[in-house]
Amino acid sequence: MTFLDYAPAPESTSILGLRDEYGLFIGGEWRPGGGTSFASVSPSTERQIAMFAAADEGDVDAAVAAARKAYRNVWGPMSGRDRGKYLFRIARILQERARELAVAESLDNGKPIKETRDADVPLVAQWFFHCAGWADKLDWVGLGANPQAHGVAAQIIPWNFPLLMLSWKIAPALAAGNTVVLKPAETTPLTAMLFADICQQAGLPAGVVNLITGAGETGSALVRHPDVDKVAFTGSTAVGREIAKALAGTSKKLTLELGGKGANIVFDDAPLDQAIEGIVNGIFFNQGQVCCAGSRLLVQENIHDAVMDRLKERMATLRLGDPLDKNTDVGAINSTAQLERITRLVDAGIAEGGEAWSAPCELPKEGYWFAPTVVTGVEASSTIAREEIFGPVLSVLTFRTPDEAIAKANNTPYGLSAGIWSDKGSRVLAVADKLRAGVVWTNTFNKFDPASPFGGYKESGYGREGGRQGMQAYLKGGK
Amino acid sequence: MTTPSQALAPAERAVQLLGGDLSEVALRQHLEGLPTVDAVGLEARAASFGTRSIKTTSKAAALDTVIRMIDLTTLQGSDTRGKVRSLVAKALVPDASDPSTPRPAAVCVYGDMVGNAVEALGSAWSAGKDDGINVAAVATAFPSGRASIGVKLQDTRDAVAAGADEIDMVIDRGAFLEGNYGKVFDEIVQTKDACRRDDGTYAHLKVILETGELVTYDNVRRASWLSILAGGDFIKTSTGKVQPAATLPVTALMLQVVRDWERLTGERIGVKPAGGISTSKDAIKYLVAVAETCGEAWLDPHLFRFGASSLLNDVLLQRQKLTTGRYSGPDYVTID
Repeated sequence: MTFLDYAPAPESTSILGLRDEYGLFIGGEWRPGGGTSFASVSPSTERQIAMFAAADEGDVDAAVAAARKAYRNVWGPMSGRDRGKYLFRIARILQERARELAVAESLDNGKPIKETRDADVPLVAQWFFHCAGWADKLDWVGLGANPQAHGVAAQIIPWNFPLLMLSWKIAPALAAGNTVVLKPAETTPLTAMLFADICQQAGLPAGVVNLITGAGETGSALVRHPDVDKVAFTGSTAVGREIAKALAGTSKKLTLELGGKGANIVFDDAPLDQAIEGIVNGIFFNQGQVCCAGSRLLVQENIHDAVMDRLKERMATLRLGDPLDKNTDVGAINSTAQLERITRLVDAGIAEGGEAWSAPCELPKEGYWFAPTVVTGVEASSTIAREEIFGPVLSVLTFRTPDEAIAKANNTPYGLSAGIWSDKGSRVLAVADKLRAGVVWTNTFNKFDPASPFGGYKESGYGREGGRQGMQAYLKGGK
Repeated sequence: MTTPSQALAPAERAVQLLGGDLSEVALRQHLEGLPTVDAVGLEARAASFGTRSIKTTSKAAALDTVIRMIDLTTLQGSDTRGKVRSLVAKALVPDASDPSTPRPAAVCVYGDMVGNAVEALGSAWSAGKDDGINVAAVATAFPSGRASIGVKLQDTRDAVAAGADEIDMVIDRGAFLEGNYGKVFDEIVQTKDACRRDDGTYAHLKVILETGELVTYDNVRRASWLSILAGGDFIKTSTGKVQPAATLPVTALMLQVVRDWERLTGERIGVKPAGGISTSKDAIKYLVAVAETCGEAWLDPHLFRFGASSLLNDVLLQRQKLTTGRYSGPDYVTID
């Protein structure tokens, strides 16, 4: 064994006291669902973690009714200061149970423990702390004095950052005075169920947070429910479009955070070693299953070869394997469906003339895996330069001038994120100004902060999460 | 900023890379054309090395590797022959309770103590060969480097004549910060020349950048590159007399430089962080940085060293813990 083989250092799952079966968390109580229960498996082993209830229309109705009741009787009339106390308490419990949540998230999603421990879970607590602070300061969100909550918020979140997306949805909604019904993704319901425990532990009044599990039909019933005032969705553009159609003509408020095809632009004066790290972080963080991933690398033509050499060398050091091992850099793909999609799109990219190179790592026999891959020789018209892959696959394009970089970066139906790598401040500012993307990172990538609004242009959705703008989405102007 | 073109002392590497008519202007343009460093990104990368979890068999191997890479050091005004003898004794028998303990790479002393160190090492002295413990001497008016070039070169020659296998020189940080790269370059070239022994072989030259005085990462990259061009066999972070001394980001950056140099020329240069690394935990972070930046080939005392004094005993305590399964305590390792 050589030094770089690092002896296994797995995080133990003994900290988890998981149940065999989870019901629906409605009105502060667990109850069975009307639909057919489903299993969630660990993507790295394909082993079943637990069974989860599926909510049918009757369950959705009950959840919305519980939320309405809590909004009318408890949460709506409560002072912002007192709501803030509950949120601070939840934030502290999240920190206390950080290790348990990190292990559960890694187990259920397949992402490395390194990421859940150092990124997901700390951000979750941060989000609750941040929003807790807003609860008694709503006069300053920018809607004038005494803004009002919408009422009942229906929230649907994706499987790529299950607990983090839950916090982005629930924390601002509760701080603003709404009550919520949230549905986690069917492949990653586990941490939402643990969050139900945390709500109980914090003594949160019954019905303020309702968590229902299920697949697409459950989500569809939830957003269409007539007593819902506000819908927030994070997920694919196709589903987002369906929701927008369903809500058209109703008084429901809607925010959508959808797909992306982020451009990561590397100029020839970039701090090269850090740019390589940024490219790796941009596309291999969470196995590339990130809506704001820097999946299109736009590299200035005169440094293309140097960047590719260094990038491949760096990719060869990425450690793929057991997500619970503390030294794992790249974990498992979340589901077979996603793995098939990634495989299909990469095959299409190769068929269209792209040249694929994958990091030389051994894929485990069980589970869903895809080696970190870079595809060069990609043209703007290639499928993999246009479609969101949502996997560890980087498409590489080149440019010659800043104007060309901007034109190519903007040449996508999406507009969620972009990155700029350059040592020249004036160029960074000038280029950032012209990029049509909700978030532009300079000399860094995938940085999130609860004080910073996040959201998209064009087919990447509308509305912002985080910061003052994120609070506005859960409020309307005062009377 | 324009500096008149003047001829520099010839250094083989610089001539090959920058052409035969080596001038101050060419040198300056080359150094200022190096890729820049983003401090936040570099520090984040360095921090990521620290999150690696090195356990069980990996840890045991790492601890032995650390010991083999130590330049066991005493650099005090109060150093005596007795102190140097004691340091050498520690290098010869790091852990009396476990004869399988490897020995450090070298002992590092002031130039006037080289003869004492050689004598104390006896047959364990490597004497320029690969087998045994080297004697390293700091030279060139260490630690400030504020002396005439004549004094610096004589300092070096004396140490080499007394048997020093390795010379740890300091660069003229004042000249570097003035932008007088040519002066820094020339002094390294001349010191390298002073490392030449009568038989035509050279003592290994480690060039101390004193990164705590260069301050910016861009300066560290330029100084590293300059030192390699001028003929340094090793680039070393610090004297240990200035704070901050070695840091993980600075060392990671210097490792990137030697990796780039190898990519360009095929030649391998060593890196030595010195000062402030006193725990096994920290030392292992450095090993991770070495392996993940330059590859495992660099986990070799010819290519990586720790300049340290108290580190050895902490490593020995950790080593005993792995062997026996329990922690002993500071009274179970020798203080020399």
